Amino acid sequence: MANVIRRQTPAARLLRAVLYSVLIIAGLFYILPLVVMLMTSIKPLSEISAGTLLSLPQNPTLEPWTKAWGEACTGMRCEGVGGYFWNSFAIVIPAVLISTTVGALNGYALTKWRFKGSELVFALMLFGCFIPFQVVLLPMAQTLGWLGLSSSRAGLILVHVVFGIAFTTLFFRNFYVGIPNELVSAAKLDGAGFFRIFWRILLPVSAPIIVVSVIWQFTQIWNDFLFGVAFSAHNTQPVTVALNNLVNTSTGVREYNVDMAAAMMIAALPTLLVYVLAGKYFVRGLTAGSVKG
Amino acid sequence: MAALEIHNVRKEFGNERVLKDVSISIDSGEFLILVGPSGCGKSTLMNAIAGLEPVTSGNIYIDGEDVTWRTPAERDIAMVFQSYALYPSMTVRQNISFGLEMRKVPKAERVAAVERVADLLQIFPLLERKPAQLSGGQRQRVAMGRALAREPKVYLFDEPLSNLDAKLRVDMRTEIKKLHQRLGTTIVYVTHDQVEAMTLADCIAVMRDGHILQLGSPDEVYNNPVDMFVAGFMGSPSMNFIRATLEAAGDGYALRIATPDEDNVLLPWPSERNAAGLVEQLNKPIILGLRPEHFSEEDVRLSEQAEGTLMEAKVSVVEPTGADILLRLPLGEQEITARVGPKCAIAPGERLSLRVDMARAVLFDAETEKRLA
Repeated sequence: MANVIRRQTPAARLLRAVLYSVLIIAGLFYILPLVVMLMTSIKPLSEISAGTLLSLPQNPTLEPWTKAWGEACTGMRCEGVGGYFWNSFAIVIPAVLISTTVGALNGYALTKWRFKGSELVFALMLFGCFIPFQVVLLPMAQTLGWLGLSSSRAGLILVHVVFGIAFTTLFFRNFYVGIPNELVSAAKLDGAGFFRIFWRILLPVSAPIIVVSVIWQFTQIWNDFLFGVAFSAHNTQPVTVALNNLVNTSTGVREYNVDMAAAMMIAALPTLLVYVLAGKYFVRGLTAGSVKG
Repeated sequence: MAALEIHNVRKEFGNERVLKDVSISIDSGEFLILVGPSGCGKSTLMNAIAGLEPVTSGNIYIDGEDVTWRTPAERDIAMVFQSYALYPSMTVRQNISFGLEMRKVPKAERVAAVERVADLLQIFPLLERKPAQLSGGQRQRVAMGRALAREPKVYLFDEPLSNLDAKLRVDMRTEIKKLHQRLGTTIVYVTHDQVEAMTLADCIAVMRDGHILQLGSPDEVYNNPVDMFVAGFMGSPSMNFIRATLEAAGDGYALRIATPDEDNVLLPWPSERNAAGLVEQLNKPIILGLRPEHFSEEDVRLSEQAEGTLMEAKVSVVEPTGADILLRLPLGEQEITARVGPKCAIAPGERLSLRVDMARAVLFDAETEKRLA
């Protein structure tokens, strides 16, 4: 804070010390569950039953992780959550890509090719952001049945895309509203059409909002449990459902370390990774300031 | 043949009529300026010509072909936008050649076109930069370059200089004029700046409330305005509108300007400028229009023909501009502005005898604001 002018009185220093202590305590408070999870996941079972929640692991082991990945029992099967992990990816990746693409096209059409009632269409799409998931479970199940997509990955992808479009449309619409319409007019005069203008003029400046949309959609879909449990069969389950099954399968001792390892794998790692990788790009996209004319 | 013909064009947004029966025709190579206050419909008219907005009724012809229902791309026009609208993700080179690429011009020709334009506008060093790396003036140049790369039938300029600072605006104005003289292109240019209109145009269309009030050469519009709006809009400082009464004086007429001290000013109306309608206005209030340069110090001769009429008034404010001095003088109910030479030594509060060039004065109906003589 070298560039802030401030008189260094004792009272000011004290205030500063209080401020930092409060912030540090709050920070620790937030990080604690994650630390406990990580520590528990690398402790052998004996240490968990003997020690306390916060005691450091004496003999760290990766065994719970391998067990969670490949051997742990989820219901009747004992194949770990590894397979479901890939299931999740097979659902999340297409769903994120499709919903982001459709959202971008929607946002583009709603702002740069306005038509009579386009504001109404947008307002109606916004409703989609506020519909509770539970409300549509039954109609959606019926629809998937008609479409012949029950219990399939494609069905789950469709559900996530349909729900995601409301959000991605909102993101892209609000982003494209800020891009001058004259850019589109100029491209029209230059002879470019609907898709060409989107591809050549708007998409290259959309990196920040694409990243926002991808992070949001990835997190939402990866963390989804309700649709996963409702619309999947045992071989198409996402990892969230598998984790639930793993934790709830009670045969003998509860293996907290395996539970935690599986939870770390699914809850934290992929979404965190997406945020870390894309977040970097997000900042880069913002600082490039390429949209300003 | 007319390069651009606008025929009874109307445009309505819901119940609001933005363009009311606009008709214009310009020849190939002409420089037409649409000028008017904001909200007068000039930008809407420009968008209608460009094909960015459909018209409610009427027709638009480019080179004799009816293009009313053609898309912007099919009209063979190029446009320079007020915000420049440079594609932010492309380099200057890509910006300039984008239109050619969309029209499937072979690569070699595109390269040649970029070279030609870069040479014309002296933007060679900028070709590999992105728009964000350019200054306002450079962006303006690139925006013109993008329009000039193709060789369309009509160029449209939508307030291209309004985002530049004052000095750059004057420079670019000259540059646009030079370009037009050199290339002989047909240009439609929208501005709210009457100086730009006067300096650039072959033909000015003064617009207000969706109508074209007057369409004519800069000289006609300036010296022969059809009504008080056009007269007041063109010229800076604006024309003085002086309330007067028309009286009979001998064979002709004279204008009496009432002043509070009973010492009324009487200006004889030149007999060669008598118009038929004037007789009906006798002894009625009338508006006398005099531009600031129609006044001069007593000892300066106006021209060989007109000696001018002498008039005396008290100076309230003296505003030297460098090239000349603007004087503010209370006269009757209003304050008038006079433009005198820079050597005029006068202080506020002093009385000054001014010569009025009545041969160039104009008269307006006080109610309809239309031109009488």
